[in-house]
Amino acid sequence: MKKELVILSVVVAFSLLTYWLVEPFAHSQMHPHVESQGFEYKGTTDIEEVEHKIAQIKAEHDRTSDPKAKAVLEADLKASETRVEAKKAFWKDVERIAALKGDASAGEAVYANCTSCHMEGAAPMGGVTPPDLKSSGVLYERNYLIGLIKDPAMVSNIDHKFSAERPHPMDSVKYMVSSDEDIVNVIAYLQKIAPKQEELTPEVAFQDACGRCHNVRYNNWTLIGEKKKFKDKRDELAFDIKKLDAEEGITGYMGKLPPDLSMYIRSRGEHYISTFVEDPQQLLLGTSMPRVGVNAESAEKVIAYLEEAGDPKKAERNRVGMYVLLYMILFIIAAFLWKKQVWKELH
Amino acid sequence: MAHFEKATSVKDWLNQRLAIEKVEKVMASEYWIPKNINFLWAMGMVLAITFALLLVSGIFLLMYYQPNVETAFDSVNYTIMQEVGFGWLWRHVHAVAASVVFLIIYIHMLTGIYYGSYKKGREMIWISGMLLFVTFSAEAFSGYMLPWGQMSYWAGMVITNLFSAGSLELNGIVEWLRGDYVPGQAFLNRFFMLHVLLLPLAIIGLIGIHFAALRIPHVNNQDGEEIDFEAESKKYLAGDKAGSKVIRFANDFMSKDMFVLSVFLMFFFYLTFFQYGFAMDPVNFDPADGLKTPAHIYPEWYFLWSYEILRPFSKDLGLIAFGIAQVIFFLLPFMDRSPNVAPANRRGPFKIWFWIMVVDLIVLTAMGKLPPAGIFNTIGLIAALVFFALWISLPFITKSEKKL
Repeated sequence: MKKELVILSVVVAFSLLTYWLVEPFAHSQMHPHVESQGFEYKGTTDIEEVEHKIAQIKAEHDRTSDPKAKAVLEADLKASETRVEAKKAFWKDVERIAALKGDASAGEAVYANCTSCHMEGAAPMGGVTPPDLKSSGVLYERNYLIGLIKDPAMVSNIDHKFSAERPHPMDSVKYMVSSDEDIVNVIAYLQKIAPKQEELTPEVAFQDACGRCHNVRYNNWTLIGEKKKFKDKRDELAFDIKKLDAEEGITGYMGKLPPDLSMYIRSRGEHYISTFVEDPQQLLLGTSMPRVGVNAESAEKVIAYLEEAGDPKKAERNRVGMYVLLYMILFIIAAFLWKKQVWKELH
Repeated sequence: MAHFEKATSVKDWLNQRLAIEKVEKVMASEYWIPKNINFLWAMGMVLAITFALLLVSGIFLLMYYQPNVETAFDSVNYTIMQEVGFGWLWRHVHAVAASVVFLIIYIHMLTGIYYGSYKKGREMIWISGMLLFVTFSAEAFSGYMLPWGQMSYWAGMVITNLFSAGSLELNGIVEWLRGDYVPGQAFLNRFFMLHVLLLPLAIIGLIGIHFAALRIPHVNNQDGEEIDFEAESKKYLAGDKAGSKVIRFANDFMSKDMFVLSVFLMFFFYLTFFQYGFAMDPVNFDPADGLKTPAHIYPEWYFLWSYEILRPFSKDLGLIAFGIAQVIFFLLPFMDRSPNVAPANRRGPFKIWFWIMVVDLIVLTAMGKLPPAGIFNTIGLIAALVFFALWISLPFITKSEKKL
């Protein structure tokens, strides 16, 4: 008996060591851990990212002796330094404006500027459909909304994709709502017309924050809305064509079709999705996905929605699992008693 | 024709036609097993039951799986995992059992190596067991293609590419294997056939041979002692059960097997319900995309050690090393020149050889998963070289072993 336990502990120790090496350890080496910033949107990681790039360029510059390569790196360095200064200034502005208090009734007049593009059933602009703003006051963090009106490319951390010649599709907002007061007022108005946090369902949170670019076919969600059952095949084809057109538009804008998120809860997991939504560049540097700016509560709802799409049997799995394990305990006891009885005569 | 009499009972009726009493004796109650064994001797039964779990869960999955590149992914992840009642359970059981079966196979193999259970008449047990290992590997690989996820696709790409034989560039063979230039419909269909028909048939046949190979040399024991099964079984049947060195397969050995099995199943179902990530790689929950290579391509954990033997060398050398690693374990009974059948801890230098081999396989496994860069690359290369050094040294260190 004692010998068997020694053998068992050797077998278990080697198995666990192997498991630890190929699972937790290997994954920690392959995928660097990214911490959440609490969905506060203060630009810390945005600035760090460019500073890191500057350090890399400098190191590369020191290593190389080729004058041509040096010149390229110097130009890179200059561009990155300009970029980091712009980011610092931008986030400082956001911080300053955030301290102001908004007036919802004054914001209503400013809001009229927005409704020329943002309305229900809006037409696509530059590949993307401007969202209806009904839920935006509850969906997005205030800091993010301030930044979005101040400079959409900057707050989404995709300024590398745009320039004066190729502006962000929402770039005009900078000129339409330009004073600090207007910004906080219109946000106060958006917050006033939005449903309460507890009224916002995971479904709506996902559809408004993510669903204009991402399909979720396991929930019948398409980027032009829910795909219902059609009685007439022609209606279905018409819907599919409309969807294809929208996909083509978004592909043109993003460079590739944003992935269907049906199985993301299993392929990426909760932590990855959560930190990715907060700042896509942290996990996939150079991605064209903008930061969407959801607050912590909305992020949880988005994840709940994705869990419903990709892992709806989780509760059943946990429940059945407990029953099976309880049964196994009984099985072990019965098997042990049988063994003892049979071997009584053999010893 | 044999003479038949009017049967006195159903049992008698069957006895006259099928000799069921005799069969029961030969297969169970008078199939003699040494008494001096530990729980590691139950791994055969654990493997048989795990195979049964794979077979049964596989039958259920087969009722809904669609071997089509357009629908395979959704038939697994939506139809089976979400629409079919308890489809998720069969899939989790199938995926986890496919991974755990290799853990048990490795324990079973290393037990055989440790106790010298491949020598002196037991060579065919070892060789048929190795054939099972190879067939199980092919079964696991072909099954891995079926969900048609990113890892299915890219593992299929990488493994079939190996058949171009490096610098020989036999691309025709690769295309012939795939039925296309890249993995596609033809590829999925043939791996589906292999997975659900040809390979399971081969496995079932080989299991029969593996069991049959045990009959004449008998099961080994903890001390490698040569037992006179004839005399010891007579002793048992005469009533001296405690003094006999052998026990019945059923119920004596079976009752111990069942206890070990029950503990194993507890562990297995814990993994199935609560800790399945190691057996269901997250990357494979992305649908196959021929235009998007995953950032890290690695096989399932049980192939990592041989993958790492392939990786640290140049292309051709790596392929040769990989090829040797696949077959070298077959030669174990012939490369071990020692006259002793005994546990490794009594065999002097072989004891050291055994434990270095265990550690080396674990190091290779770990390095096979880690990105091949920096220190991991160096460790992997050293571990691969140690692997070959161990095999080269085996005949010499065992030849010089003293007879016990």
